[in-house]
Amino acid sequence: MSRERVYPEEPAGPFPEPPQTFADKEEREISVVTADEGDVDAVTEMYCDFDPADRAQGIPPTGETRIREWLDTIFGEGLNVVALDDDTVVGHATLVPDTANGEGDECAYELAIFVLQSHQRAGIGRKLLTTLLGYGKREGIERVWLTVERWNRAAVELYRDVGFETCGSESFELEMSLRLNG
Amino acid sequence: MKVLLGIDGSDESMKTLRKTIDRTREADDDLTVVVVPKEAAKRSQDEMATEARDLVTEAGLDVDVRVVTGDPGSTLVDIAERESFDQLAIGGGTESPMGKIRLGPITEFVLLNANVTVRLVR
Repeated sequence: MSRERVYPEEPAGPFPEPPQTFADKEEREISVVTADEGDVDAVTEMYCDFDPADRAQGIPPTGETRIREWLDTIFGEGLNVVALDDDTVVGHATLVPDTANGEGDECAYELAIFVLQSHQRAGIGRKLLTTLLGYGKREGIERVWLTVERWNRAAVELYRDVGFETCGSESFELEMSLRLNG
Repeated sequence: MKVLLGIDGSDESMKTLRKTIDRTREADDDLTVVVVPKEAAKRSQDEMATEARDLVTEAGLDVDVRVVTGDPGSTLVDIAERESFDQLAIGGGTESPMGKIRLGPITEFVLLNANVTVRLVR
């Protein structure tokens, strides 16, 4: 895609930085912490339990081998946070560099969030999202984008609420973007 | 089966072309390839048509390869219907850095407008 993506002029935020601990709407104590390659096993386990009905545009893949391959790539290149209920991973959010739009400081990052079905509608997605953005800002990331299926109103509203703006709607999915640093 | 394949000058289209040639041989289909315009594509339409002709010849197939102008989606749908193709094949989208499947505007137009069966090649 050679089309230039548009970002909001004003930076969004402020956002909390990891680690964060909070009580979700079900009164479970949830922590949101940074994750690296050493956490791929635990995150793979979460995706093995993931309901395929909640897949978005082909991710997460199904089957442990393909899940692991996918996670190896995004943990190798990107920034990741996970939500923990006790020691179990119940949510994951990631920023993956989009090298097609420039290297280094010019690089934009693609964002995605997944929350395990048993822990949805409890405010965990919002905390994962804002904490990941706080982590991204701390690491010097300036521009973030994502795509979301149009019918996924809850997700679109959440993204809009934290500062994402619609920047592309000529395709099946809605494209949204956010600026972290001026 | 009469299959119409629509491609542009992208790497994704090269992959789609190779896969469709394999499938054409397996199924003994009657294949026609149409090269549509795309802005800032890696290969020009003529370069892509030359590559396509080389590949089908290599595969031992007799395939009509055409270069067309105009809006890609509507041109493909129009040819498929006017010439009574059984199926219209196009690339099944690209992947984002994250691995998300992304469908472009041509795919959307073809899916919503074609009266023939559409095949998304992945």
